[in-house]
Amino acid sequence: MMPALTLRNVVVALLLLMLFLVPVYAAVIGNNFVLSLFTRIVILAMAATSLNLIMGYGGMVSFGHAAYLGIGGYVVGILAYEGILSGFLQWPLALLVSALIAFVIGLLSLRTRGVYFIMITLAFAQMIYYVGVSLNRYGADDGLTIYRRSQFGDLINLSNKTVFYYLCLVLLLASIYLVWRLVNSRFGMAIQGARSNDRRMHAIGFPTFRYRLTCFVIAGTICGLAGVLLANHTDFISPAVMHWTRSGDLIVMVVLGGMGSLFGPLIGTVAFLALEEWLSGITEYWQIIFGPLLLAIVLFARGGIDGLLAGIRRD
Amino acid sequence: MTDALLRVDGLTKRFGGVIASEGVALEVANGELHAIIGPNGAGKTTLIGQLTGEIAPDSGRVHFAGQDITTLPTYRRSAIGMARSFQITSLFLDMTVLDNVALAVQAHSGHSFRFWTPARSETRLREPARAALARVGLGDRENVVVRDMSHGEHRQIEIAMALATRPRLLLLDEPMAGMGPEESARLVNLLRELKKEYTILLIEHDMEAVFALADRISVLVYGRVIATGAPATIRVNPEVIQAYLGEQQVAGHG
Ligand SMILES: Nc1ncnc2c1ncn2[C@@H]1O[C@H](COP(=O)(O)OP(=O)(O)OP(=O)(O)O)[C@@H](O)[C@H]1O
Ligand SMILES: [Mg+2]
Repeated sequence: MMPALTLRNVVVALLLLMLFLVPVYAAVIGNNFVLSLFTRIVILAMAATSLNLIMGYGGMVSFGHAAYLGIGGYVVGILAYEGILSGFLQWPLALLVSALIAFVIGLLSLRTRGVYFIMITLAFAQMIYYVGVSLNRYGADDGLTIYRRSQFGDLINLSNKTVFYYLCLVLLLASIYLVWRLVNSRFGMAIQGARSNDRRMHAIGFPTFRYRLTCFVIAGTICGLAGVLLANHTDFISPAVMHWTRSGDLIVMVVLGGMGSLFGPLIGTVAFLALEEWLSGITEYWQIIFGPLLLAIVLFARGGIDGLLAGIRRD
Repeated sequence: MTDALLRVDGLTKRFGGVIASEGVALEVANGELHAIIGPNGAGKTTLIGQLTGEIAPDSGRVHFAGQDITTLPTYRRSAIGMARSFQITSLFLDMTVLDNVALAVQAHSGHSFRFWTPARSETRLREPARAALARVGLGDRENVVVRDMSHGEHRQIEIAMALATRPRLLLLDEPMAGMGPEESARLVNLLRELKKEYTILLIEHDMEAVFALADRISVLVYGRVIATGAPATIRVNPEVIQAYLGEQQVAGHG
């Protein structure tokens, strides 16, 4: 089926085209900063995409999602520090640890709803943050430099910035595709039903907890992968990536782009980081403009930027 | 009684000082349409809540199809054939009608740890959902988002969703609430059809409908069943007339 030629689809297509061409552009103008900025955008878009799965589709507003960025990053950083450089070990282990921690957090927090859920996920993320701060062997709150990126033998060289960028981009698109399959599957219908009306779900025969928990774990795992990429990108990991304001940023990216929209988190992340970059170049007090601007978009375009593009009202 | 599909014994539920159910005993025989009537606040909805497991009784037992289900979770009760409609419409407002009903089908078509195949292209889910919608007269509305529909249509979806779970017992909590006379009449016809296939526990304030449809009626007042019997005996029961039907007639004429 051909996607329809709507404004929103055109914008998404142009955005994707632009993302594919970023390394070319960077090479032409000989500026590595652009490539680095967009690597960061792509990685955070992946984290936002995973948050959108639970928040947008599942109605689970986690205020601790950045914790998985840190968990994925720390697994890579700690293993590298201990001399285990193989990505074949680092990456699966990072995903496994992210999944396990998401499982435990989900198990303990998904019985609650609304503000309580937000506060409990925040509390867990803060705990993990302080675990990071207390890791004296691994730099405590100064963080840990990662001297060598994950090694994949001859398969792929992550130290090549262009290669690494395309890897991140492919993984981002893979996560968006995964989310697309998930939300349209039986599993996704169950998740969205539980968001829409959990009481009715039980009445028609769904034990929703297990589906919501599974969804929470999948999202944590995808975000853990984003953390693995982020650590490799910055060659550094510190508790700062897990700070609660980072979790807040992820929520803003999702809401800004459009909750429960497939490409919304990507659009939101690009807009968020581009605005941040642009405004901070204009004035030192950029946050005074940034804050109200975000607020305005979120308040006046309830479906975020994607909602504006699609010209539909979401509430 | 051996052919009772549902049997309730000594069901008691208090909310603080309010006694919503007090030693409620009730039997619904296989194939019967059993109506529950009673004034506002009598505890009818609370009783349904205890039957479906949303509300835990303080004491008493609930047996369904020969099984003690008093502590069974709500979703398991649905799995063994109990379905309810809500007095206050409770649907998936942001989804289409067909998605709403297809979810009810999906709940009874194995587990939902299926992550890859698009659920909306599964005929196994869509066709039974369409059949349930056709049954309640919404066959031509399947792609409308529920939020954009009328109250009467919402009431119809309530029933379609219950039917889509292929229940043995339908618990209908005031299905006609807020409906116009024409819509009500159509619903009475539908219930008359459904009565042939399902065992039904019907809560309804519309006495004309109740007396037209019910095989037996139980009258609930202040959480207690004050009478159970055939419509003809309930209609002339002095206690019932005093506690409820009298007031109903006054209300009806006023
Ligand atoms: N969750 C609750 N907490 C406290 N009190 C409750 C609760 N649910 C019901 N009640 C009280 O229990 C009593 C029975 O309520 P219920 O809704 O079961 O009555 P009903 O017979 O369904 O009334 P109606 O005809 O108005 O629907 C009422 O006094 C009500 O206020
Ligand atoms: Mg009621």
